[in-house]
Amino acid sequence: MATVELRFSAQPEHVRTARLVAAAVARRAGVDEAVLDEVRLAVGEACSRAVGLHRSNDVTTPIRVVLTEEEKSFSIEVGDEVPGAGVAAADAVGVPGARAAAPAEDFDDADGEDEMGLAVIRGLVDDVEVSAGADGGTLRMTWPVSPADVLS
Amino acid sequence: MDLSLSTRNVTGAGGDRTVVEVGGEIDVYTAPKLREQLVELVNDGSYHLVVDMESVDFLDSTGLGVLVGGLKRVRAHEGSLRLVCNQERILKIFRITGLTKVFPIHTSVDEAVNAVD
Repeated sequence: MATVELRFSAQPEHVRTARLVAAAVARRAGVDEAVLDEVRLAVGEACSRAVGLHRSNDVTTPIRVVLTEEEKSFSIEVGDEVPGAGVAAADAVGVPGARAAAPAEDFDDADGEDEMGLAVIRGLVDDVEVSAGADGGTLRMTWPVSPADVLS
Repeated sequence: MDLSLSTRNVTGAGGDRTVVEVGGEIDVYTAPKLREQLVELVNDGSYHLVVDMESVDFLDSTGLGVLVGGLKRVRAHEGSLRLVCNQERILKIFRITGLTKVFPIHTSVDEAVNAVD
């Protein structure tokens, strides 16, 4: 079950809010202080990308951010509702066969700025999973936590 | 925290330089303001820019995109764009994306202003 779930309309000004919430929940979950800057940056990149995808595809539904605290890990899932975008992202982060498995026309929305954001995520986060479906894509990032650091 | 921008003209060893002092957060929301500022400077004939990032709290790929855009613009006029940054968390983003090879990054405004190619 999600620890915190956030939905925001696809406007650039809300990305900062998502960063602040994600960092606060990550800190509480026991993510190392030294890694919080990376969490903040990675979630910002994922949300900026989702906002860009929604806006360029005239999708009016909100962006979904799901923050989940588990025993030994903390994960952030950022979901967009643009079909095919996740496939392009999976390809960009190097998921084998992602591009081959998808119809060619699904890549038309991936642009250069999107790739730079994904490059930053890939450089920051070791555990990145991208999934794509007919309803949109999901980018899931996971960090380890040290349970001993969490105040009960 | 929002983005703050201020510019000043100084004369360095290589000639006139425009220092753009940036503070706060450069992200998908605020980056367009920085882009406007850089475009305006180049349109007004300032082709040698020093972007001082010492007061920047946050920088993402949208901000990097704006800086790369600025570099392309000044290079079209045989100009230069130098960065001033000592903050490890900001430098890390330049390293991850390979942009440390693209931008000259200096440790002080003084050093950047007096740098000559």
